[in-house]
Amino acid sequence: MSTQTIASGDTTILPEGAKFIPVYVMGKKYMLPETLTIQKAIEYAGFQYVRSCGCRGGICGACPTVWRVIGDYQLHFGLACQTVIEENMVLAQMPFFPANRADYKLEELEATAETLSLLYPEILKCVGCNTCTRACPMEIDVMGYINSAMRGDITRAARQSFDCIQCGMCSARCPAQIAHYHVAQLCRRLYGKYVAPGAEHLVSRVSEVEAGKYEGALEALTGMDEPKLKELYVAREAEPLDSEGWEPQDKANL
Amino acid sequence: MGYTPEMMELIKRVEATRAARVERVKNGEYFTAMTLDERADVLNKFHPDYKDDGRVAVRVGPNKGDVYPEEFVACLESYPRIDPDKVDFSVLETFTTDVLVIGGGGGGTSAAIIAANEGNKVILATKLRHGDANTVMAEGGIQGADQEVDSPYYHYLDVIGGGHFTNSPELVAALTNDAPLVIKWLEDMGMMFDKNPDGRMRVRHGGGTCRKRMHSAGDMTGSEIMRVLRDEARSHTDSIELIEFAAAVEILKDSQGRVSGALMYNLETEEYFTIRAKAVVIATGGFGRLHVQGFATTNHYGATADGLVLGYRAGVPLAFMHSTQYHPTGAAYPEQNVGLLITEKVRGLGANLLNISGEQFVFEREPRDVESAAIIRECAERENGIQTPVGRLGVWLDSPMIEELEGPGTVERELPAKFVQFMRYGIDIREVPMLVYPTLHYQNGGLKINAKTETGVPGLFAAGEVTGGVHGENRLMGNSLLDVTVFGRRAGQSAAQYVSDFSGEIGEPGLAHAKEFMEEVKGLNVPEDRVAPLLLPDYTTEEVRSHQLTAHYEGTIR
Repeated sequence: MSTQTIASGDTTILPEGAKFIPVYVMGKKYMLPETLTIQKAIEYAGFQYVRSCGCRGGICGACPTVWRVIGDYQLHFGLACQTVIEENMVLAQMPFFPANRADYKLEELEATAETLSLLYPEILKCVGCNTCTRACPMEIDVMGYINSAMRGDITRAARQSFDCIQCGMCSARCPAQIAHYHVAQLCRRLYGKYVAPGAEHLVSRVSEVEAGKYEGALEALTGMDEPKLKELYVAREAEPLDSEGWEPQDKANL
Repeated sequence: MGYTPEMMELIKRVEATRAARVERVKNGEYFTAMTLDERADVLNKFHPDYKDDGRVAVRVGPNKGDVYPEEFVACLESYPRIDPDKVDFSVLETFTTDVLVIGGGGGGTSAAIIAANEGNKVILATKLRHGDANTVMAEGGIQGADQEVDSPYYHYLDVIGGGHFTNSPELVAALTNDAPLVIKWLEDMGMMFDKNPDGRMRVRHGGGTCRKRMHSAGDMTGSEIMRVLRDEARSHTDSIELIEFAAAVEILKDSQGRVSGALMYNLETEEYFTIRAKAVVIATGGFGRLHVQGFATTNHYGATADGLVLGYRAGVPLAFMHSTQYHPTGAAYPEQNVGLLITEKVRGLGANLLNISGEQFVFEREPRDVESAAIIRECAERENGIQTPVGRLGVWLDSPMIEELEGPGTVERELPAKFVQFMRYGIDIREVPMLVYPTLHYQNGGLKINAKTETGVPGLFAAGEVTGGVHGENRLMGNSLLDVTVFGRRAGQSAAQYVSDFSGEIGEPGLAHAKEFMEEVKGLNVPEDRVAPLLLPDYTTEEVRSHQLTAHYEGTIR
């Protein structure tokens, strides 16, 4: 057996008797093998992606897709790389949707409700329809974080929106024309910079590095031969998994 | 959907052996680990890095004679996308800037921000969307020695030991020295690190670390880094101009051999255009989408080795391109999860690897490269793999064992993301095993740089996965996000310094080096329609191609 048949990259290999089902790509019918994701099915049909394709692993937000199934009024939302095709799906992908980011520099802002309502006044126009939440492929409580932002609860908005992949589906659906994911981004950055407590040990370490404390040790290591390096490598003291209160015996290079 | 009836039938064999296997683990009995000779044997016969077939010597350029994967050599031994003689710069639209950054991932964006902060005009050109990169896909964390019991000294030892002592020492020193600075930089930009209530960073161990220094942001650390960097770049409305869906196809050099910009291609309008710049940073990432030897990959759609080709043609040598990281356990089923990383933690919690008969064939905690080779051997030579409905092969990773060994609820608690990713497709990994196969994960090698990210071509810098040396022959978890941010920043700094020392006008746009390279390629007798950089992978089926009677392909692009 050659390696070509045991590993096939992303190319689809069909088993004997694979079942083909009708799927409508932008309204046009293609017979495509079931079990494929929307993304791979569209490629199987003969399309080559430039847009609407990114990490192919559900985290980059490039492939938001909208569909209905014939005979059903409901709109469905998902990521093309994470959703398996179904019979009679009518698909449209949304490679891009305009949603303007407010012009700001984080270091000039304060973490207040006023900052949010000044930069994104449209959040106050939320009509509470929850369409944004229903459109989210990451199952985020989108309306929930917009409500938190309206109240100025930056911490809550940051945490509620943490899984956002910025695909933009929420903003495409919003009757109040809110750019949700930009609001969420601002809340997370305000939280990370101004609300979450800073890491004091990091401040000390940075000043040590900037003062050149480790330059000598690193220079010695870069000039070291392999046997000596191996010796030091093997002799490293390992911090235990449960390291509460642990300190190494050798503190010369800390 | 879940597993097919045929696969469920095979899973019964796994269930039949499970009780005895659980019992053995409880008694501290494990499958016999390989001797060093056995390791060498399985690596030599089955690890893609060691096998002779699938690897050839490159016949052109600075690394002539070095042996690399044939898919990559084919990229190097390719014609330019456009014959340099046919490029008339006088008719092409031209942008002019101080610093051109090619690539919109973590490395390129860091470089753009720093170069802009130093007062430069920057163009950030990327062939897909800003942020389309492997950076967003990194889950686990970013290393940095900022705890009192740790220091850059220990981080250095971990990195160079993990790389089998082959790494470039000056790059390791730069990486480990800058790590705390980068963590602070990200914190200052508002990144949501996992912290204790008092603000102390929550840190964990990673494979091969002697101190806990893995920082994280949930299980989407890379995504959070990219979101923050991208938003920060967008704050620089006056200094950073973003051009998306614009791929660099050739570096430009003037008659003195200095970099003078890049020849660009608009993927949507199919127009070429020119960006003239005093300094250029290549930050285009890796080559996972070449699917070396047919492997699936954890990499982004755009990981097609473009920057390596551009840099190599411009005269930059390669380092460590013989070395590729395969992760032993990528998902092989369901189809929508293929290539998805299944963390080592699953085996760490006690899950066995099993063949079609439900039998163990390898110790679960061999080094990554050995483990991968053993799985390939089981499927290829011994024909004991399990076939999926679309014809992929894999072996079982028996996650239900974890519930029996560590108690009910362990899978959901310890592996939340994997649990959800399989549950979405009707596979409950508490009840049934996962099907896995090695997956192409990381390009250890790349363009050769020094600690200032200089490539040897005046004005040309490179950072991130496109470079080689910092990780030697093996990269540790948590050092790739660190690599892109540390060297991205350094590239931005070095480019800014170069621009400030630059006197006179930007050199004329020249392609003499590409022309010379093309003449060399002509002598190799390679197909004339083989062009690079590839820019995008091609997943068109043979059947569709056979019907595309008038379609024209330029390499992989229609």
